[in-house]
Parts: sequence; C-alpha cells; structure tokens
Amino acid sequence: MELEKLRHGTKLIKRGFAKMQKGGVIMDVTTPEQAKIAEEAGAVAVMALKSVPSDIRKAGGVARMADPEVTSAIINAVTIPVMAKARIGHFVEAEILQALGADMIDESEVLTPADNFYHIDKTAFTVPFVCGARNLGEALRRINEGAAMIRTKGEAGTGDVSEAVTHMKQIMGEIRELKGKNKEELIMVARDIEAPIELVLETAKMQRLPVVNFAAGGIATPADAALMMRLGADGVFVGSGIFTAEKPEAMAKAIVEAVNNYDKPEVLAEVSKGIGSGMKGISISSIPDEQILQTRGW
Amino acid sequence: MRIGVIAIQGAVSEHVDALEHALLERGEVAEIVTIKHSGLVPTCDGLILPGGESTTLGSLLVREGIADEIKEAAAHGMPIMGTCAGLILLAKEGDSQVEKTHQDLLSLMDVKVNRNAFGRQHESFEANLDVSVLDSQYNAVFIRAPAIVEYGNDVKVLSKVGEFVVAAEQGNLLALAFHPELTDDLRLHQYFLDRVFGR
Repeated sequence: MELEKLRHGTKLIKRGFAKMQKGGVIMDVTTPEQAKIAEEAGAVAVMALKSVPSDIRKAGGVARMADPEVTSAIINAVTIPVMAKARIGHFVEAEILQALGADMIDESEVLTPADNFYHIDKTAFTVPFVCGARNLGEALRRINEGAAMIRTKGEAGTGDVSEAVTHMKQIMGEIRELKGKNKEELIMVARDIEAPIELVLETAKMQRLPVVNFAAGGIATPADAALMMRLGADGVFVGSGIFTAEKPEAMAKAIVEAVNNYDKPEVLAEVSKGIGSGMKGISISSIPDEQILQTRGW
Repeated sequence: MRIGVIAIQGAVSEHVDALEHALLERGEVAEIVTIKHSGLVPTCDGLILPGGESTTLGSLLVREGIADEIKEAAAHGMPIMGTCAGLILLAKEGDSQVEKTHQDLLSLMDVKVNRNAFGRQHESFEANLDVSVLDSQYNAVFIRAPAIVEYGNDVKVLSKVGEFVVAAEQGNLLALAFHPELTDDLRLHQYFLDRVFGR
C-alpha cells in the first residue's frame, strides 16, 4: 500500500471520528493546563475556547473564534482530539481552525453568528463538524450540510440542564413518531420539518439520527451527565460546568465516571461525593430573550 | 460461545452489529456481551477491544478492574481482537505521545506503537489494503490511527501502509490499526471468529 493512494475527508471518516467519541465526555478548556487536567480525568476530547460559555455570557459583546495561539498551544499540550468553535456561517474561521489542526469544528451558537441566513457548507472541509440542534428538522438540515455529529443546543453557560433535556426529548420523540409511517407520510413529515426526505427516510429506518448525537448546553454535575445518557445521548459535552466548579479535577473525573456508570445509581452516588460545589449557574427563566443563545442558527 | 465487546467508550455498537451479521453469515450462534465492569471477561470465549480514545479507555479499564482480567484471559489463550485504540492497549510499548499521558497499556503484544502515526483527523484516510490473510483487497478506515513501528519475532505482519505495520497477530492476539466495524466488509470479523470457534 502506497501512501499516495489514501483517500481523505470522506463521509465515512468524518462520521467515524464522531463514533469514536461515543460514551465519552468532551470538555471545554481555555488553557493548555486545563486541557491536561481534562485529559488526565478521562475526557475523550477537549473543546478549545477563549472563554467558557458562562464567561462569554457575562462579558457580552461579539464572541469570536479563539486566538489561534491558544488553540495551537492546547493542540500541542494533549494527545486526545482537540475541537474548536467557529461562528455560524463563518467558513473562514473554520478554514483557519482546520489549518491549525483542529480535529473537529463546532459551528456554534455560543459564538455570535457571522451569517444571518446560511450555515457553513461543511462538505467542503476535510475535518468533520459538530452542530447544535433543538429538534429533528434542525438536526437533519445540519447533517445535510455535512455535519458528522449533532449535539443538543441546550442553553450554554447556564448550568441549567432543562433546555438540553427538552431538546433531547424533542429529537428522540420525533424519531419515535416516524416509526410505522409509510413513505408518503414520511414525505409529508420531511416537508413539515423542512428536512431532506432521504435523511428522514434513513432516520425512520434506523430509528436514530444517522450521525452520533451528544448532549450539550447546561450540563453541570455527574447526575446531569447521567441524566442525558439515560435520555439516549451518545455522550456529553460539558462546557462551563467543569472549570467554573469549585474543584475542577474532581468534577471532571466524576463526570467521566458518571457517563460510564449512568445506569448505576449506587455508583453515581459514590462518584458524586466530595467533588465540591458545581458551577453557580443561572436559571433559564431569568435570562432576557435577547441573551438566549439557542435561537441562533435555523 | 460467548464473545465480549469492551463497552467503556467508542465504536461499541458497530462491533456488536458486525459480530451479529458475521455470526448470521456463518450460521453459528454466540452470545454477545458488552462489558463495562469487572466480572464478565473471564466468562467469555473471545474478546474485542474497540476503537475509541485510548487514554480514556486505558484509564477506565484499570479503574473498573477489567485490565487485569484481560491480561489473565490473554495468558490463557483467549482470542482477542484490538482495533485502533484497542491495538494501542494491546502493545508492550508506546511512543512519546503514549508516555506523555502515563497511559496504562495491557502489554500483551511484543510491539511498539506510535499513537497517531499518520497525523491528526485532517490526515485520517480510507485505503484499499492488501491483507495477507484475505484473498482480495480490503477497504480500511483509519481514524487518527496508530501503527506498529517495531515488533518482536513472534509477531506476524498481516498488512502495511508504507513502512507502518497496520495489521498483525501474535498467537491468540489480533491487532488492527483501522476500523473493520465501520464498513460492511465482515472478513476480518470472520477471521477473528474462526479463531474463537476453532479453539
């Protein structure tokens, strides 16, 4: 086998990468030191950011891709995959992240959208993308644009898991509803939810999304992470929940163990002990509409 | 017959599906168990270590007490197939990348591995491989794949990409740098099952 006959960036490779993350925890980090803590704790990947979503929320203003220098330093600090966020529609930020060596790009509503109409054409990239979704139609539109992984949007930076629960139940419920429908009924569903018919048919047949589906947005404790796994998530993203907690190392390790033991309450009870208090958080109902992140993207 | 798939993290359901299809194809029956905790490995007749993140898998295998059970089973001749991260875990020695994370290797195969031999996700690839135990080419999927860079006399090389060894066996152990569970080609699962049923 000669090296020049290799095929890069195929759908199988992109979706395959996401599959290797299943059953794992992906943690937001802002420094190489934090990335090492996440790796030691057993994270399957880290998300390199300028600041965690709860700080982005506090700071206000325009949130952009992280400084390439920080992203590079994080990439060099760990052996696990490094993901990074680009603004919705900002394909140049995504190209920069690909050039830096990011293993997956999150086209994320946590950053300020750069395009009011279009998401990035993700098929044009060699590296895979993850995108947020609140319902089946949104998830399938992102997959149609080339996303290799979906995550619930939840409401990032709040430590309030309720929106992630809503989005996961919504997507799972819509998939269950496809069961037993014939082709003409599925065509009607595709029209209603504004998703490509091929993907609706595939989802109906598989009874799951055609790509890996993680939970994200507001997960702050081992119990939150286990809850999302119980609702059918393939894995979890933890954003602000780790490095704004009182004891980040203990929290990180406990969340990893909670995901591996999500169906064992006695183990969850043990791992939840002595990990200090979680992030303070902010309840969704107290956030003014214009500061809600999940409505970004369409 | 009972075949275990280590299910801590990674491409678990894909291996289970591939095993089910492969068993159907050969008309044989076996129970497939997914393993997240200690106690099950010793009850199996064959074991798969799937791909995932080797650092995460390695440390949780130790934390859950599964690592010692696998070593014990391997010493008693249980057929074991490690794919991608599974290959790293089977190895005796890792490169500086592996050392850096103080990774817990099972040290079963006399091989030295490079953790991400081909590079990052951008360099991940598919390729048609010649595998010595298969009669025609095999489309293999490599994802941030490792490779064997040194090996002892007891190791039989099954396939190479350039200078890198990407498939090898040593006694009851079979190590693949790529992901046979991601394609519909079941020949390598069949090759593994031949060993399980041929014991």
